[in-house]
Amino acid sequence: MQISARRVDKTTIFDVIGDIDLANSPQIRKALLHEIREARTPKVVMNLTKVRYIDSSGVASLVEGLKASRDAGSRFILFGLSPAAREVLQLSRLLKIFEVHDNEEQALAS
Amino acid sequence: MSGDLLLKLELRSNPNLLSVVRGAMERLTEVFGFSAPECRSVTRAVDEALTNIMRHCYRGKLDQPIEVACSRVQRRGSAVRRTGLEILLSDRGPAVDPAKLRGRRLDEIKPGGLGLHFIRQSMDTVEFKRLRGMNQLRLVKYLQPSKQD
Repeated sequence: MQISARRVDKTTIFDVIGDIDLANSPQIRKALLHEIREARTPKVVMNLTKVRYIDSSGVASLVEGLKASRDAGSRFILFGLSPAAREVLQLSRLLKIFEVHDNEEQALAS
Repeated sequence: MSGDLLLKLELRSNPNLLSVVRGAMERLTEVFGFSAPECRSVTRAVDEALTNIMRHCYRGKLDQPIEVACSRVQRRGSAVRRTGLEILLSDRGPAVDPAKLRGRRLDEIKPGGLGLHFIRQSMDTVEFKRLRGMNQLRLVKYLQPSKQD
């Protein structure tokens, strides 16, 4: 799994490539919480276009990001969910809790 | 119920190996005849079960043994005979408290506790037992009637 960050105006976009599982979800969590809590970025977006699989530890990291953004009064957005990623959020009844868009343009325009 | 062994994997409790097992399960479920959503579902259940073993039974130790044995099984007894994929996951960690195998409620938005929920939603049978000093989790998923051989 690779994660990289880029900045578009006041938004940070994390581009993630590969599966998110127990081996690397702590890395996702750390990057997200740093951006939301320490950098206090007003809008954090996760590009999941190239993420084929997310396990429960990955979902937990996303939930932590969501909770941290709510606490900080910022926004946390996901886009580009694969069928497996969408299924896992549906199974955990979290799909409606997250702000989810189909692509980057929609996520940035929202 | 007797099974024909299809695949047996022996691995260490290193999370870097999870993707290897997922790859094997994806191909096996496909060859077995499951639909694409079912393949993802069974693969997810096995991945979550292994994650639980690594985190909770072995508490993050990377070198502990885990075995995954996959067999074709038949369920008789009802009017229709059904073919299924049985997956036995064994570890040598401390005995698991069955009371902790319930999973959490989903009406709370909080991280953690979702793995068991995913396993139960994905599989037709989820059974746990302690056998000869080992934890054994038995998962079974049956083919849809139209796919039975």
